Amino acid sequence: MNFKLKIWRQKNSKEKGYFKTYQIYNISSNSSFLEMLDILNNQIILCKKKDSSPISFDHDCREGICGMCSLYINGRAHGPDSLTTTCQLHMRHFHDGETIYVEPWRAKPFPIIKDLIVDRSSFDRIIISGGYISVNTFGKTIDGNMIPISKHQADKAFDASTCIGCGACVAVCKNRSAMLFVSAKVSQFALLPQGKIERKKRVLNMIKKMDEEGFGSCTNTRTCEVECPKGISTEYISFMNREYIQSFTI
Amino acid sequence: MKNSFKFHSEIPVTSLTHKWIDHKSTLKLVSPNNRSNIEIIVVGTGLAGGSAAASLSELGYRVKAFCYQDSPRRAHSVAAQGGINASKNYKGDNDSIYQLFYDTIKGGDYRSREANVYRLAEISSNIIDQCVAQGVPFARDYAGYLETRSFGGTKVSRTFYAKGQTGQQLLLACYSSMARQIGKGRIKMYNRHEMLDLVTVDGVAKGIIARNLISGKIEKHAAHAIVIASGGYGNIFFLSTNAMGSNASAIWKVHKKGGFFANPCYTQIHPTCIPIHGNYQSKLTLMSESLRNDGRIWVPNKLEDAVFLRNGSKKPEDISEENRDYYLERRYPSFGNLVPRDVASRAAKERCDKGFGIENNENKEGVFLDFSFSIEKYGKEKANELGIQQPSSLDKKKLGKKIMESKYGNLFHMYEKITNEDPYKTPMKIYPAVHYTMGGLWVDYNLMTSIPGCYVIGEANFSDHGSNRLGASALMQGLADGYFILPYTIADYLSKCITEKISTKHIAFQQAEKNVKDRIQKLIQNNGNMPVDFFHKKLGNIMWKYVGMSRNHIGLCKAIKNIQELRYEFWKNVFVPGYVDDGLNSELEKAGRVADFLELGELMAMDALNRKESCGSHFREEYQTKEGEALRDDVHYKYVSVWEYRKNYPISDEIMHKEDLNFTFAKVQSRSYK
Repeated sequence: MNFKLKIWRQKNSKEKGYFKTYQIYNISSNSSFLEMLDILNNQIILCKKKDSSPISFDHDCREGICGMCSLYINGRAHGPDSLTTTCQLHMRHFHDGETIYVEPWRAKPFPIIKDLIVDRSSFDRIIISGGYISVNTFGKTIDGNMIPISKHQADKAFDASTCIGCGACVAVCKNRSAMLFVSAKVSQFALLPQGKIERKKRVLNMIKKMDEEGFGSCTNTRTCEVECPKGISTEYISFMNREYIQSFTI
Repeated sequence: MKNSFKFHSEIPVTSLTHKWIDHKSTLKLVSPNNRSNIEIIVVGTGLAGGSAAASLSELGYRVKAFCYQDSPRRAHSVAAQGGINASKNYKGDNDSIYQLFYDTIKGGDYRSREANVYRLAEISSNIIDQCVAQGVPFARDYAGYLETRSFGGTKVSRTFYAKGQTGQQLLLACYSSMARQIGKGRIKMYNRHEMLDLVTVDGVAKGIIARNLISGKIEKHAAHAIVIASGGYGNIFFLSTNAMGSNASAIWKVHKKGGFFANPCYTQIHPTCIPIHGNYQSKLTLMSESLRNDGRIWVPNKLEDAVFLRNGSKKPEDISEENRDYYLERRYPSFGNLVPRDVASRAAKERCDKGFGIENNENKEGVFLDFSFSIEKYGKEKANELGIQQPSSLDKKKLGKKIMESKYGNLFHMYEKITNEDPYKTPMKIYPAVHYTMGGLWVDYNLMTSIPGCYVIGEANFSDHGSNRLGASALMQGLADGYFILPYTIADYLSKCITEKISTKHIAFQQAEKNVKDRIQKLIQNNGNMPVDFFHKKLGNIMWKYVGMSRNHIGLCKAIKNIQELRYEFWKNVFVPGYVDDGLNSELEKAGRVADFLELGELMAMDALNRKESCGSHFREEYQTKEGEALRDDVHYKYVSVWEYRKNYPISDEIMHKEDLNFTFAKVQSRSYK
């Protein structure tokens, strides 16, 4: 397959970025999107022009679980396929000869570092503000079976916990809201008995931090749910809102 | 045995069941008011490094943690799928510490340290309790209790899991424990940093040199102790199940500063990966071993059927029951599809070598993993439960599919994404691939290397898995080391450091910094013609061909020679774009890592050449039984091979020491899964 690629190049957070056009030929429909970029990068390197550096993009596990890869492809986070990260997106989802636009996540709380790489440490800071259960890790706790949890409840907490923190929810939201990410963590712990003790403090702190970091509010357009590679439901946002309101009343 | 005085395993001399308890009571302590004066560097923030960083800072030490990713939450432990072992006997199938210990020792083909493995089995059940307390949503049964499943190499159900995302859940739990400490200011987190050298003063570890991957700045960091938790080196094969950034640089730098390297040749080949599609491929994807609980592995037993399957003129469903060869069930009736990974991998290779492979790729390699039986079985059970009289096969399939979905949903989804085939309808295609490295830096019972003050935990050390790792035991080791072992043993060393002031002013830091900078300069100004990937792929080919699933004398000699030539070629002809004072440069990062792989690869081949026996993941073709099973030589090779690097000498001149393995509790016998 052959493609025309329009890729966002930006030297660093201060300089202005622009689209640069590349042509690439003979790509197997079985290769992944990132493998296609690898091939392109090796072509750029082989040209050996000092001013044409390879394209920087984030990636690591290439199994759809680490959440490192990003990329806004043809106007969609992680590309045209649903429930997929960019590393799991394959070229068979594109037409031969197609022009593909590749951009970084665009959101103020995710400043661009270089080319397609953005800084998502604001997510870390939200977790640091309270996305945990305050149990020490070196001592003795009670036997795991002493805290029975109904299968239904455990499964629900698990579904919330599968968030990979990639930031697609923020990238697709017109308000740049991080509510899906935050609500997933808040819900996971609020649904489990172990997490109930600190639930009030947790939701207040995390929402406060989320606002401080400059993420917008949720207006229920639900694009985050559509584009989330792990299919995290916006039900958790409602759940979090309930937790938030209750934290003032209980 | 030359220079054996340099390393002593510190294994306590008492009965196996008392070793850890007795040892703990003799370890020195650091009082809480002194702990905040002590700094510890942790390199790598996966399950081992993350749990260690969290625990050490909770104890009151000041911790600096480093990872090359943009956040500790992305460490490759996140990708572990199947589960974590613990001997809790919740299922009442007579599991015990002894059973877990015995399975692990036997699984490692009697090439691991008995004392370490016993300690691991002892601690295992604490880990589950700890993780439950942290909010890990483990699978539960309908009564609300923890659910388990079974893994290869065992006859009990002791693997705790969270669907096919156990590693993710465990990692996120220790990441959030770390986050809590980062918030308190007790952990200083260095994201997107890579350790490029270890600094030693008078042979004692005192700090590291790291590169800030964003700014490109070279930084000096001093500490009272260094903990390396940088994971395995499977990426040396280019194609592996490891994350793209996983590398050997940290442990290789420690090795070159005097840390002994143990059993480098032990690389686990995992039997259930998606087969290779083409030469553009950058990495391989694992399908969890837990799938073997519900999948039957087969190939056709007629050669012509294999040809039809490969060229697509027949579908797996067209091959009738009597024309299928369930080769694991045939060869190993008592364990069947749940034999250990090395046995399952070699059996698949044997069938494909004979021409029965079913995948249409270059080497015609691939076997089926078939779930139709389990779907049918579960469907029937569910139909009975729901009181459906004489359910149609479509009903059964539908009900069975639902149950499979709840057990392995994400894995099936992942398979479909990659291959464009629906594994609920047609069998998965799988083939072995490089997965986990059991070798690593040599450590004593306290997890300290031969360099005082430098500790190594998790996959980066060699200690617990022998020559083969059983499934669900890597997560167990990582968390055991980080949560429950290192926090005790490191205090013993640190108790001597409470008044010591640390500083990066020492000349050793300037020297190490200069060496790092010189090397970067050399790589960037080399101005060769070929990109780094070119050399990495070539190295991978050599390693897979000669140091892969089976090895022989001639091949290994060839590998050593080819690697030496390739290394020479690399330094002559590699091209790294960009400038020295640039910031982010992923080609430069890769170049440094591949340069290290090009040295480690030679050591792996040397180690494999030296070990004239077959054991676990190390299969030497010259040493096998008539039936093609591995033939171990306990008289001559019941040892850990421990390699010492000599400054200013080539890799080929490394000295090998032997740490003899003694078994007092486990009876050493030939491994049989028949």
